[in-house]
Amino acid sequence: MYEELRGYGFTVITVALDRSAEAARPWIEAAKPAHPSLIDTAHVLADLYNIVNVPTILWIDERGRIVRPNDVAFGTDTFKHITGLEAARHLAALRAWVRGEATALPEARARALQSLPTDGDQQARAEFGLGEWLYTRGRTEAAGRHFVRAGELAPHDFTIRRGTMPMRGIDPMGPKFREMLGAWVQAGNPYYRPLPE
Amino acid sequence: MGALDGPRGDGVTETKFTIIDGGRVAEVGEREGVELAKRAEAMGRPVAVARDEGVAYLGVSARERAKVLASLEAPDFTLPDLDGRVHTLSRHRGTKVLLVAYGSW
Repeated sequence: MYEELRGYGFTVITVALDRSAEAARPWIEAAKPAHPSLIDTAHVLADLYNIVNVPTILWIDERGRIVRPNDVAFGTDTFKHITGLEAARHLAALRAWVRGEATALPEARARALQSLPTDGDQQARAEFGLGEWLYTRGRTEAAGRHFVRAGELAPHDFTIRRGTMPMRGIDPMGPKFREMLGAWVQAGNPYYRPLPE
Repeated sequence: MGALDGPRGDGVTETKFTIIDGGRVAEVGEREGVELAKRAEAMGRPVAVARDEGVAYLGVSARERAKVLASLEAPDFTLPDLDGRVHTLSRHRGTKVLLVAYGSW
């Protein structure tokens, strides 16, 4: 997709919200991307853009303006049976926008679709930030306490609740995750929050 | 002078305290650190403190973040790639950008 569209004045920037460059390395090396592929251990991007789960995508135009706020899209249909989200729909829309065949969202619409952070979100991110700092200095137990606290403050933030699992010695694909997800969904909450059509 | 007055007071060294503020890290005395954290909280900033670990993290308020996002101006950031080379979003002005956040988890 990037190869196809780069001639139109377009780039992809991927950002891994991962505990270390080493955790993200196998993914990046397998994909061998020609576009910037960045590592964000401190979740700087999540804090700036109020990102609460992955994958999250945004479109940013030539003037540096957000023309499609936080949305969920996959590059392939590998997880379609779980997510119910089709890759093709986003790809078609993206292709049309990049080629100039379609405009992105009008400003008022983009604004209406944004989800803005609450005090709880930001308090959770401070607890995460503290935990991450402690974790990188080997103070794993103290870090774990702040990661848990962060998850309690923002139970919808899976960059925290799931993203910190590897730093708490928990398999993020394992039974603890499935248990968390089950309880969340059972309570009527969405795990992915794609924008409406 | 009490024990919190620092090394030059009565020979008692004050416990060190770390303040993490907007990606910057500062080492201060414990009393000053706690004071800084309190002040940030009074200004409406989210603050996380690990008193036992001697460290506090000063975050950015929801109001501040929401103001920027609602302007639709894409917040700028600089992050490293696998080789440690840093990239800045605003360097891509003039091109359309698909920004993708993902995780190996």
